[in-house]
Amino acid sequence: MSLLAVDGLRADVNGKPILKNLSLRVEAGEIHAIMGPNGSGKSTLANVLAGRPGYEVTAGQVSFNDADLVGMAPEARAQAGLFLAFQYPVEIPGVSNMEFLKAAWDSHLAAQGAQPESAVGFMKRARTLAASLGLNPEFLKRGVNEGFSGGEKKRNEILQLLLLEPKLAVLDETDSGLDIDALQTVAAGVNRFRSADNGVLLITHYQRLLNHIVPDQVHVLSEGRIVASGDRHLAEKLEAEGYAWLSE
Amino acid sequence: MSESPIDIVGQEYSAGFVTDVASDTLPPGLSEAVVRHISAKKREPAWMADWRLAAYRKWRTMTPPDWAHVRFPPIDFEAISYYSAPKSLADAPASLDEVDPELLRTYEKLGIPLHEREALAGVAKRSNVAVDAVFDSVSIATTFKDKLAEAGVIFCPISEAVHSHPELVRKHLGSVVPQQDNFYAALNSAVFSDGSFVYVPEGVRCPMELSTYFRINERNTGQFERTLIIAGAGAYVSYLEGCTAPMRDENQLHAAVVELVALDDAEIKYSTVQNWYPGDADGKGGIYNFVTKRGACIGANSKISWTQVETGSAITWKYPSVVLRGAGSVGEFHSVALTNNHQQADTGTKMIHLGPGTRSTIISKGISAGQSQNSYRGLVRTSPAAKGARNYTQCDSLLLGDACGAHTFPYIENKSPTATIEHEATTSKVSDDQLFLCQQRGIDPEKAISMIVNGFCKDVFRELPMEFAVEAGKLLEVSLEGAVG
Ligand SMILES: Nc1ncnc2c1ncn2[C@@H]1O[C@H](COP(=O)(O)OP(=O)(O)OP(=O)(O)O)[C@@H](O)[C@H]1O
Ligand SMILES: [Mg+2]
Repeated sequence: MSLLAVDGLRADVNGKPILKNLSLRVEAGEIHAIMGPNGSGKSTLANVLAGRPGYEVTAGQVSFNDADLVGMAPEARAQAGLFLAFQYPVEIPGVSNMEFLKAAWDSHLAAQGAQPESAVGFMKRARTLAASLGLNPEFLKRGVNEGFSGGEKKRNEILQLLLLEPKLAVLDETDSGLDIDALQTVAAGVNRFRSADNGVLLITHYQRLLNHIVPDQVHVLSEGRIVASGDRHLAEKLEAEGYAWLSE
Repeated sequence: MSESPIDIVGQEYSAGFVTDVASDTLPPGLSEAVVRHISAKKREPAWMADWRLAAYRKWRTMTPPDWAHVRFPPIDFEAISYYSAPKSLADAPASLDEVDPELLRTYEKLGIPLHEREALAGVAKRSNVAVDAVFDSVSIATTFKDKLAEAGVIFCPISEAVHSHPELVRKHLGSVVPQQDNFYAALNSAVFSDGSFVYVPEGVRCPMELSTYFRINERNTGQFERTLIIAGAGAYVSYLEGCTAPMRDENQLHAAVVELVALDDAEIKYSTVQNWYPGDADGKGGIYNFVTKRGACIGANSKISWTQVETGSAITWKYPSVVLRGAGSVGEFHSVALTNNHQQADTGTKMIHLGPGTRSTIISKGISAGQSQNSYRGLVRTSPAAKGARNYTQCDSLLLGDACGAHTFPYIENKSPTATIEHEATTSKVSDDQLFLCQQRGIDPEKAISMIVNGFCKDVFRELPMEFAVEAGKLLEVSLEGAVG
């Protein structure tokens, strides 16, 4: 059983076909990097996996831990352990980050039929994690992503990843817009997350991230399908030569 | 397991049951004879009967206001019954032991403790709160009377105060909201049934929260309660009212008048959690909540603050106001008004600055969902004598969906050249992206909406007494049922 199995996936965004016969398998313990030109469908794949409204599967199968994802509510996918770190995290003014994190964690526990964690214990854990990601605990009191800088938003995504401990993390350009220190912090966060039981789908444009987070496989997405797969050396080749050679 | 958000959101209007008690209800229609009858039922002194009759005659010459941003078919005032009381109270109960157990159970179901013993033992949700409960037209119990009396605080049904403290009632009744103030105030003055009377003497800080609970039970009756609160020099009191009604297909009228009087350095904090039946999802039934609330800061440095959480009623027409007469007096209005389905709300405040150095703050949060219409209407007026007066108004609207409406009608009449008046307004929408972010973190859409709405209302909830802030949050959640696509 694969952690994630995508077979012959076709998907429309607002009626426009974007993903065209895409297949992919991620096993527990693996990290897969997804690269590809702008507009090739990387974020679309991430959103389809997460069940975002407006992204419609028209053919193919997507299973996650043997459960059929197609038609499952987004919150049910999340509770089942699918996590998406957003390319552009939105702000929710007025809702404190801490309250949001607690509600998210409570919903995960409730879905597993587990007792809620005490507020005190959870808040302590959240503060410690935030500090380890270079986020001042004051950020937990602010509105969700409200007025955060681009880099702070990305660190906040990693904080959520570490708190919610999903089975599969889909990270959509979490490295974009980060300064050198932040890149290392984020990479350290992902490495801390990875284990033999979970998997990572790492969407990125930059080979440099893969020096910090070493992928098991690299895939190139172009016009809605995977046109090349290989090991980490594929990323180095892309960095040196660009995407043009793939369409020759 | 904690209470799951779905359980709360999935709730119907939970106060919508009917209590089966025999009642003594006047036939529909209004005339001098009916006004006399109400007065006689209450064995009122002649001055009170005359006051009612004078109001009735004024009312006959008036027409309902038509300027609010609400729509409804004309009300047939001859089809309403103007008095209803549970029969078992015909000879008013001397103590709770004499109250119909069926009535007591009603209040238990609503979570309102009328038994002091229970309240003290902390069994009930509200512990340090004295409650006056008004069932249809009469007050059925006032708790903690003795403890309050020790402090010199008078808290009793107004029908009782007419007998026990006639000089206070005569002096202040109608002093803040004159009989002819508006159509509904005149109607209330003629037929008002019951309500609370509070007097906090000079220098006394009321030792507990006071609260009145209004419930409409009988069909085809109107509820016309009248509340009068007087805070003597340096006194402080915090008062809360809550309201519910059964679910019925027809509309019911609720036309209350609340008057507050604050003397030098006195402070009155008045909070409302209004949860009258809003009608069903198609807009059938529900309460018409046409209420006049006004406070007079007569004394220097006195303060009156209104906090309201309005989630109920088919139509709300309500402008809790403050007349700032005393030098340096302060008026505040903090409001959350939520409308869903076909509800309509036209609510806001008036801050009338008459004295020098008077200050007022208005924080209004309107939330519209479904096909509802939600309007803020506010007036800030300063007279030439109001030197250095200041007002700050912040008016925020939150829209859920595309079929609802939010409107803002701020009026400013400034005659004081040294006054500072600031107005800020925002309108925002809960975006699909925000909802998706919540869902992606495992939070279901109802819970997400409720979290976002609660965040939006935070500044107002902070003003509520603690016990009620939590309740208000839950109430919003229930009221937003079905607001998520
Ligand atoms: N909501 C939408 N409506 C219409 N077209 C869309 C929508 N979302 C995405 N698309 C289109 O789908 C295609 C793939 O977009 P997607 O965001 O998946 O690309 P990407 O590979 O993530 O690109 P980038 O590297 O720039 O982030 C693009 O042509 C884009 O314009
Ligand atoms: Mg993208």
